[in-house]
Amino acid sequence: MTIKELIEQTGWKLSTPSLSTDIEIKGAYCGDLLSWVMGNGEPQQAWITVQVHANVIAVALLREFSCIIVADDANVTEEFAAKAAAEELVVLESSMPVYETAKKLVELGI
Amino acid sequence: MDSILQKEYTVVQDDYVNAGKVSSDIKTTLAEIGISPKILRKIAVASYESEINLIIHAYGGKVYLDVSDDGYISLVFKDPGPGIPDLEKALTPGWSTASEKARGMGFGAGMGLPNIQRVSDEFDIESSPQGTTLKLGFRAAV
Repeated sequence: MTIKELIEQTGWKLSTPSLSTDIEIKGAYCGDLLSWVMGNGEPQQAWITVQVHANVIAVALLREFSCIIVADDANVTEEFAAKAAAEELVVLESSMPVYETAKKLVELGI
Repeated sequence: MDSILQKEYTVVQDDYVNAGKVSSDIKTTLAEIGISPKILRKIAVASYESEINLIIHAYGGKVYLDVSDDGYISLVFKDPGPGIPDLEKALTPGWSTASEKARGMGFGAGMGLPNIQRVSDEFDIESSPQGTTLKLGFRAAV
């Protein structure tokens, strides 16, 4: 499934509207401890987290995630969204908690 | 064997905003000379964790990248202190001395050095109060 299709199915907010969403998502990883995510994430996964700061963007890029899904209405600042957009990293916002966000991905076959 | 690429970087203590920039440049630089994505991912994990260690634990430090013509990639992280009091503990998964501030940002999982050790083909660390030197090696076909 692509990020674009995911947005259509969930209505989750795209915080980086300037970026293309024709990017394939293959699986997902949930976590807020950066080293854990760095060590265990896989390329093309969507990363579900509640951490919102510049280091999250660095980890996501280095780990080659397809996008970040900020769950549980964690506050995505304009600064964060702008930095992600500049680094060409797609950010989505889900108002569901992490577990429900992940469950939604499972229901959609990701 | 001769060196075909050398680069040097400076990492500043507590500079959370720029954390990851050095690792990102290392990855881009190595991608440009044709290092495979699989090896790049290992190097990205190792360099990011090591860079973060310089920022959150050390008084900043230097990073030296060296690629030789036989495909050996060397990464050396050198800092001026304060040193790791108990290396054995520092290499134990889950053990961390990260500050509250660092933990609040999701650092301090205690997986830094264990992650680095796991992905590196060669791993050597020496530490004293005067500083820590971490030498990592990766074998790649160039």
